Amino acid sequence: MVKRFIKSRETFLICAIILLITIISLRFPGFIRPQNLANVFNDTSPLILLAIGQMIVILTKCIDLSVAANLALTGMVVAMVNVAAPELPIVFTLMMAVSLGALLGMFNGILVWKLAIPSIVVTLGTMTIFRGTIFVISDGKWVNSHEMSSAFKAFPRMEILGLPVLGWIAIITVMVFTLVMSRTTLGRAFYAAGGNPHAATYAGINVGKTQFWAFTISGALAGLSGYLWVSRFAVSYVDIAGGFELDVVAACVIGGVSIMGGIGTVIGALLGALFLGIIKNALPVIDISPFWQMAISGCAIIIAVALNAQANRKKGRIILKRAELKT
Amino acid sequence: MTISSRTIPDRLRSPLEQRLKSWEALLLLVAICIFAANSFASPYFLNAWNLSDATFNFTEKAMIAFAMALLIISGEIDLSVASIIALSSTAMGAAVQMGMGTPILVLIGLGVGLLCGSFNGLLVTRMGLPSIVVTIGTMSLFRGISFIVLGDQAYRGYPSDFSWFGQGYVWWVISFEFVLFMVIAAIYFVLLHKTNFGRAVYAIGNNPTGALFSGIRVQRIKFILFILTGLMSGIAAICLTARLGSTRPSIATGWELEVVTMVVLGGISILGGSGTIVGVIIAAFVMGLVTFGLGLLNVPGIVMSIVIGALLIGVIALPRLWSVWRAR
Repeated sequence: MVKRFIKSRETFLICAIILLITIISLRFPGFIRPQNLANVFNDTSPLILLAIGQMIVILTKCIDLSVAANLALTGMVVAMVNVAAPELPIVFTLMMAVSLGALLGMFNGILVWKLAIPSIVVTLGTMTIFRGTIFVISDGKWVNSHEMSSAFKAFPRMEILGLPVLGWIAIITVMVFTLVMSRTTLGRAFYAAGGNPHAATYAGINVGKTQFWAFTISGALAGLSGYLWVSRFAVSYVDIAGGFELDVVAACVIGGVSIMGGIGTVIGALLGALFLGIIKNALPVIDISPFWQMAISGCAIIIAVALNAQANRKKGRIILKRAELKT
Repeated sequence: MTISSRTIPDRLRSPLEQRLKSWEALLLLVAICIFAANSFASPYFLNAWNLSDATFNFTEKAMIAFAMALLIISGEIDLSVASIIALSSTAMGAAVQMGMGTPILVLIGLGVGLLCGSFNGLLVTRMGLPSIVVTIGTMSLFRGISFIVLGDQAYRGYPSDFSWFGQGYVWWVISFEFVLFMVIAAIYFVLLHKTNFGRAVYAIGNNPTGALFSGIRVQRIKFILFILTGLMSGIAAICLTARLGSTRPSIATGWELEVVTMVVLGGISILGGSGTIVGVIIAAFVMGLVTFGLGLLNVPGIVMSIVIGALLIGVIALPRLWSVWRAR
């Protein structure tokens, strides 16, 4: 029953995306060219990565508002290390980005787990701390394209079968986490911890620890996106990806992830991110001012959350809610 | 998961002891320490005009924080407040271009705040949606409308008597904004701590179902709280627009998080059900003093945010660390 609902949400989203692309291609036929669609996917990849991490955190009834700041901080550190030591291999850079991001995520996780501080408070705090730290370590300066080594910049743009590495990383991440969420104990624990924390505790799942791992994964993905973002745009400064955390939450909500925890899929998060990404990329080509983007994504979020609530209500899990609504 | 066993003490704590060990007392101590540190660190700090300037750092945010405090106590949150400021400021700017006078501007500012607040309230209470997502949505929507209207332009040319709301002084160094802040603080203190409405807000935050069965109109009260938050954002928009003298769509970016920080720092539980207005007032002063003191020492704004963030986590983490350590 539940599964059918989630499935219908995803088919619904796929239909919405196809409809969106059709409408856009009526105004601008070039949009539907495979090369352009690949570009749009590539452009949306950082959002996809972050949305997957955020989805896992939201599954456990938490929220991670520090992802964009984590991305920016990791990106800056990686860029500065690259400037200082341009000859370091790219594998090392990738590992550094992932582990630094994971460490920052663990910091959030430890506060949520060991001190039981609400996640919104923790990540609100770490968000400003991370941003501030970027300013402190970079002294407010930009790391520009000409300072970065060419290998550093080339990696995410390298094309394999017509799609840049950046896009491939998103695809691989989606596949890996689809498996992790459905086929591993940890993956199921995320659902259990958010769906019903008390039952999860009695089933032998350490809810706090599960939340800790959720934050670690979200941090690691943010760190990875940090390097990809900085090398793709070939610039790093304090404000990169400012406000991006809300886009990420929006992608999750549009993808059918319930903010109450326990409901959501990797594919949903992927589709939610793609939906936002297509809107963002399509507005300029169909001659709508990019200033419309914010209002449109705002409407999309509200509509999506209303649909989510409809889907949840029919399940009849919350009995009192209806009585409450009638007053 | 908190592991705590409640033991009934042999003797109840005396009211004085209770008051001394309260969150507000801790916060007041922090405020005094910061004040003392500031006056040692900078010779310019202890100056009536400088201190008066310092109040502008927090008065507008604190006005919203009071309404937000009630909303958070009731178990909801509103992340769209800064965007309401932007939309309301944009509406006032558009009215100026049409040659409207100050009284109309104020009405428009308040009206837009009220409308935005009731829009949030309707979505949350009528449709039963989670407020954190709804207001993330309306946050994009409201500011998005400002961006559509203004693009990369700005509205200027506010009438000179309008700017009094942001720049005027009532008496000597006491600014209009500061007086307004005090009046609003008093109103919210009475509303939360001395009226049935305030008790109902606590009841809803602690147990919405219980509150419903006690005959409290849960949804109606939440709706009123959203309207109040919108209205306060409208008032803040008037003050801020008057103070800056111009409107850009990026006005007040990031304020929603500062307002929430202020509320949480003030000892309001983010999970709802507890906290006081006095705490929020002290938290407002703490944040204002920190940013102003560091500003006098030429510390850039973004570094101040580290201090605010650390303060937010530290002030909440330390008592918990202490109890974890004591439980051993």
